[in-house]
Amino acid sequence: MKKVLESSVTKKIISLSLTFVIVQILIYVNIINSYLQATLATICINIILAVSLNLITGFTGQFSLGHAGFMSIGAYVCAIITMRMSTIQGFILGVLLGAIAAAIVGFLVGLPTLRLQGDYLAIATLGMSEIIRVIFLNMKITNGAAGLSPIPQFVNWPWLFVFTAGTVLLISNFLKSSHGRACISIREDEIAAEAMGINATKYKVIAFTVGAFCAGIAGAVYASYFYFIKPDLFGFLKSIDVLVIVVLGGLGSISGSILAAILLSLISTYLQSFAELRMVLYALILIIIMIFRPQGLMGSKEISLSMFNNLGNRLTFKKGRT
Amino acid sequence: MEQFLQQIINGISLGSIYALIALGYTMVYGIIKLINFAHGDIYMVGAYVGYFCMTFLKLGFLPSLLIAMVFCTLLGVTVEKIAYKPLRDSTRIAVLITAIGASLFIEYGTMFFVKAGVRSYPDMTGLLVKQFRFGDIVLTMQQIIIVITTVLLMILLQFIVKKTKIGKAMRAVSMDKDAARLMGINVDSTISFTFAIGSALAGAAGVLVGIYYNSINPLMGIMPGLKAFVAAVFGGIGIIPGAMIGGYIIGTIEVLVSGYGNSMYRDAVVFAILILILIVRPAGLLGKNTREKV
Amino acid sequence: MPILSIKKLTKSFGGLMAVSNVNIEMEKGELIGLIGPNGAGKTTVFNLLTGIYEPSSGTITFYKDGVGKEIQGLKPHAICKEGVARTFQNIRLFKDLTVLDNVRIAMHKNVKYGLLSSFLHLPSYYREEKEIVEKCIELLKVFNLEHKKNEYAKNLPYGEQRRLEIVRAMATDPKLLLLDEPAAGMNPAESQKLTELIAWLRKEFDLSILLIEHDMSVVMKICERIYVLDHGMVIANGAPEEIKSNRRVIEAYLGEDVNNA
Repeated sequence: MKKVLESSVTKKIISLSLTFVIVQILIYVNIINSYLQATLATICINIILAVSLNLITGFTGQFSLGHAGFMSIGAYVCAIITMRMSTIQGFILGVLLGAIAAAIVGFLVGLPTLRLQGDYLAIATLGMSEIIRVIFLNMKITNGAAGLSPIPQFVNWPWLFVFTAGTVLLISNFLKSSHGRACISIREDEIAAEAMGINATKYKVIAFTVGAFCAGIAGAVYASYFYFIKPDLFGFLKSIDVLVIVVLGGLGSISGSILAAILLSLISTYLQSFAELRMVLYALILIIIMIFRPQGLMGSKEISLSMFNNLGNRLTFKKGRT
Repeated sequence: MEQFLQQIINGISLGSIYALIALGYTMVYGIIKLINFAHGDIYMVGAYVGYFCMTFLKLGFLPSLLIAMVFCTLLGVTVEKIAYKPLRDSTRIAVLITAIGASLFIEYGTMFFVKAGVRSYPDMTGLLVKQFRFGDIVLTMQQIIIVITTVLLMILLQFIVKKTKIGKAMRAVSMDKDAARLMGINVDSTISFTFAIGSALAGAAGVLVGIYYNSINPLMGIMPGLKAFVAAVFGGIGIIPGAMIGGYIIGTIEVLVSGYGNSMYRDAVVFAILILILIVRPAGLLGKNTREKV
Repeated sequence: MPILSIKKLTKSFGGLMAVSNVNIEMEKGELIGLIGPNGAGKTTVFNLLTGIYEPSSGTITFYKDGVGKEIQGLKPHAICKEGVARTFQNIRLFKDLTVLDNVRIAMHKNVKYGLLSSFLHLPSYYREEKEIVEKCIELLKVFNLEHKKNEYAKNLPYGEQRRLEIVRAMATDPKLLLLDEPAAGMNPAESQKLTELIAWLRKEFDLSILLIEHDMSVVMKICERIYVLDHGMVIANGAPEEIKSNRRVIEAYLGEDVNNA
């Protein structure tokens, strides 16, 4: 048993380091040029956003439409700090405080609103993120509608990797723990979960707060990479963007979210100059997936090595029969 | 005092529009428990149809209003048939996501055809530009038309829901879909009819807002749509008089915040009211609390 | 020594009295049946006991080691932590999770490692997770479900789903177990087996059990005492033999022959 656990940890470490090194080399030899690097950053930020929203919506079953609001808090806090303290320490402090600020707001908003069911919660979170946007529009320190720029750039591939891999690992670890299972049981049947001793409100708030924290990180990374932020970047549509990724990948699948984040980030990069078409495409993806494959690409399954083994077995089995 | 009265008049005009949109939300929610996100966009399409009728076909206000209502009815029913009907037995979250998809599709589909820019309704002439002054208070003909149209449509709606057979079917389906089906009510066509009425009202609201504010754009439906939903929740979702009251209250509050406070904060205030209502009295002004049966 | 004492418990929905003035006394180790015609308010009593509904009035006292505590109005999870567990009449398993996960979730209230450990998978995580799985397997073995531990709950046959509901309730380590029609939908052979299992459970785990059941053969066979509810009121209580011959009970059931069982 212990060996299996250790080996799964080893596998994780190996595959992560491989990803890091390969991308680093590709950047070094300029196959991933500066244009593609921006796409890479978008992918990483979207992965963080999608995985953390999946924790709230896919695993805990609480429909949130306010993820962009939390993201904007992280972005603004980090921007304001690094613009005054343009050092690497300032950047780390900015990311941390940004995430914490987002988590605090998430906690304060979640505590009362998470008592609401399904679609009411969706609307309440949407309202919350609109309120946050309006506040940023009107504050002096955020420079209103014009936004903040230039924000000192600190984020490069190693940082992107640390934050992305870190978020994914923390959240997938959490989901494999008893606390994570408590969250999942709320999605499955809140009344039964309560009757089995799960404090539903507590775990909803935890999922919401953790999700907000990670969205704050994503926002901070965004601000520091793209060096320009304004309130309109974090409107309703940004929340929808993230939701599309989560739904496409599968509500309740971390690897699905990662896959879908990569896919949709690439698609939207290619469709950049056709904004309307991109949104029409997103709309169609949402509707078609919900009608024909509501579980998304991956359902609630995860990509794993044993899956490839199974596939291999099935193929050889078929060959054997013919 | 006069300024206050002026604000109230403006608030009631805006509130009429919210009330018209809120009715569609509340009826659809009442019958299939769905927040029809696309509803605000149907209102936007109504505004565009009215614009085309008046600008290119040179039609008057009333024919344009009717054409917009018919067009929106068809659009609303089509959306229901294509996007929502296949999901009748799916989870609430799946249908809600579909509704968001339908909303985006209408917004950006429209944008694709008419381009993103703002368009202006033709200048009103004749009766439509008349103004009445009472001291410092101004009452425009447009405001009178908005309120009269809204009240007439609401009376018509009350008549349909309370006095007609299809209205009875609507109430039955919203109470218990399966029981209604067993009683021989065609549930699918009743739901379609509900969408049809709601969309017609939204279409009317679109044209009214066009002649009132004059400018329209493909994303104009998002905010009023959300605010109308807030109005519906405020009054008690699923309850028709609740949506009307909610619409007028939200409209008036919004105008008062812009008039006396900071107009930048008017959207935030509306959403703050929503969150407050949801926490303090989720069933709304006229609603009753219900619990899940175990 | 008492385990449960319900006094003047009343619940009204709007104007409707679902449960009115119910008194139930239960000694530690007892197995008590709660019967009554459809709509008599049996499940409502369970929902009041487990905190899903808040009583309109009355008290529910739960005794742990002889010390009483009023639990009416507490949240369901808090009542579960006190040591009251239940099954549901209309099976409410976590359908899309495995059998093992269903049981593991019910063990959550005794988990000691904190959030930090769950995010970082510290050694305490591995140690305790291993213990949890072992305990689950042990419990599943008792109910002969161990070989299905990786099956999704929704894929189990009906009788096994009912059994899994009991396993899940047992995993919360209860002192008082509330079973809501555990034999519903079972054939005579299955319900016979279940009856034996319930009797055995009580002995093995030192439990007190309150049982709602329509199958009179089950109730009459294993319950020491029976409470009969009708229209939200207790109309009789006593040993099975007394209940069988009670005139008011027979009237309440009118047509359903209690003696047949």
